[in-house]
Amino acid sequence: MKPAPFAYTRPESLAEALAALADGGEDAKPIAGGQSLVPALNLRLVRPTLLVDLARAGLDGVAANGVLRVGATVRQAALGREERAHPLVRAALPYVGHVVTRNRGTVGGSIAHADGAAELPLCLVALDGTVVVDGPDGRRTMAAGDFFVTHFSTALAPGELVVETTWPLRKVDEACAFEEIALRAGDFAQSMVAVVLRRDDAGVVTAASVAVGAATDRPTRLPGVEALLVGSSGADAAADAGALAATLVDPPESIHASARYLRAVTGALTARAVERAS
Amino acid sequence: MTEIELTVNGRLVRETVEPRLLLTDFLRHGLGLTGTHVGCEHGVCGACTVLLDGVSVRGCCVLAVQADGGRVETVESLAGRGPLTRLQESFRSHHALQCGFCTPGILMAATELLSRGTPTRGEIVDMLSGHLCRCTGYTPIVDAIEACVDSTRAGGGGA
Repeated sequence: MKPAPFAYTRPESLAEALAALADGGEDAKPIAGGQSLVPALNLRLVRPTLLVDLARAGLDGVAANGVLRVGATVRQAALGREERAHPLVRAALPYVGHVVTRNRGTVGGSIAHADGAAELPLCLVALDGTVVVDGPDGRRTMAAGDFFVTHFSTALAPGELVVETTWPLRKVDEACAFEEIALRAGDFAQSMVAVVLRRDDAGVVTAASVAVGAATDRPTRLPGVEALLVGSSGADAAADAGALAATLVDPPESIHASARYLRAVTGALTARAVERAS
Repeated sequence: MTEIELTVNGRLVRETVEPRLLLTDFLRHGLGLTGTHVGCEHGVCGACTVLLDGVSVRGCCVLAVQADGGRVETVESLAGRGPLTRLQESFRSHHALQCGFCTPGILMAATELLSRGTPTRGEIVDMLSGHLCRCTGYTPIVDAIEACVDSTRAGGGGA
């Protein structure tokens, strides 16, 4: 199908983009890479009256100063080639769509779209990153854990834009792993797990981050599993961590998988990720 | 209506288009470049893949207005009316197509992949995960692309 008609503008600055969105009202939508939005336009799942193209809004910078600051319109493929990016992000990026969609899709777009099965939001929550938004009431920074509300729903207020995400750099005592299962390579995840472990010199886990997605409606940390891992070696508690994770998710059933299966898969992926994070 | 100016297969094009016009339809209906095929129109099949500023993109998931100021290359840019490129020749000799519907998109994605260096067989398979082919079973396509990697190496990177 083809999109329904809409007006289009491509502002030359962030200020102009925010003004255009404010003028456009609630039926104005920002567009960056368009890899989720254009298919939705084609299927007429969304019918915005105005698209505000962010291509020239000056949001395509990457800088590292304690954290990696990634402009909203930085392409996913560019983040995948960014050597300063946390290894968790680089491990997860090959699962984000396909080469062709990563060439076009943006980091900020994936965050703002907030698909519950998207990898970048999961990584941002697992790493305790932040989302920087700008809008009619000025700029504010939110913890990633507070940004995602549920499927396709975020804490963005009307007229606000994601302008940047900040990603902690790898700490020297950190190890991480990303695990995902999908029906086909590049397809939406059925379940996915990100694990980041810090260890002392004796190899004992001192801090743990365990986040699951796709089996949940948003990237979800599992504090119970994290607490279980602290004080272990990681690998020696992997099976217990998986068993506990399986009880903590309540995935929706679909034609592809039963809830029971998705719980079991989430447990298995958790155990596998904990084992590999060494 | 919005005026756009872009380079398509080396030719400067200036047109006035509706913002909702997809790049695929601009190429096919506006410019008559029907080598770019339209399959699913929602980013699943990969048949519409073209190069935009040197990287492969799905033509059905890019608005023509978004390509304003850009450089687009379609399957017509490979051989034109001249002899087939090495990659196209390899597709022919490996029987990497039957009906040919998916072929233009795969050729463009493979062209980008090969331009980035020497992909492994695994990387070729990963790239192909973004393309649906219902005839070949994919193996001949992987073989055809892989053969071009090898011949590039053997030729010392020469054209």
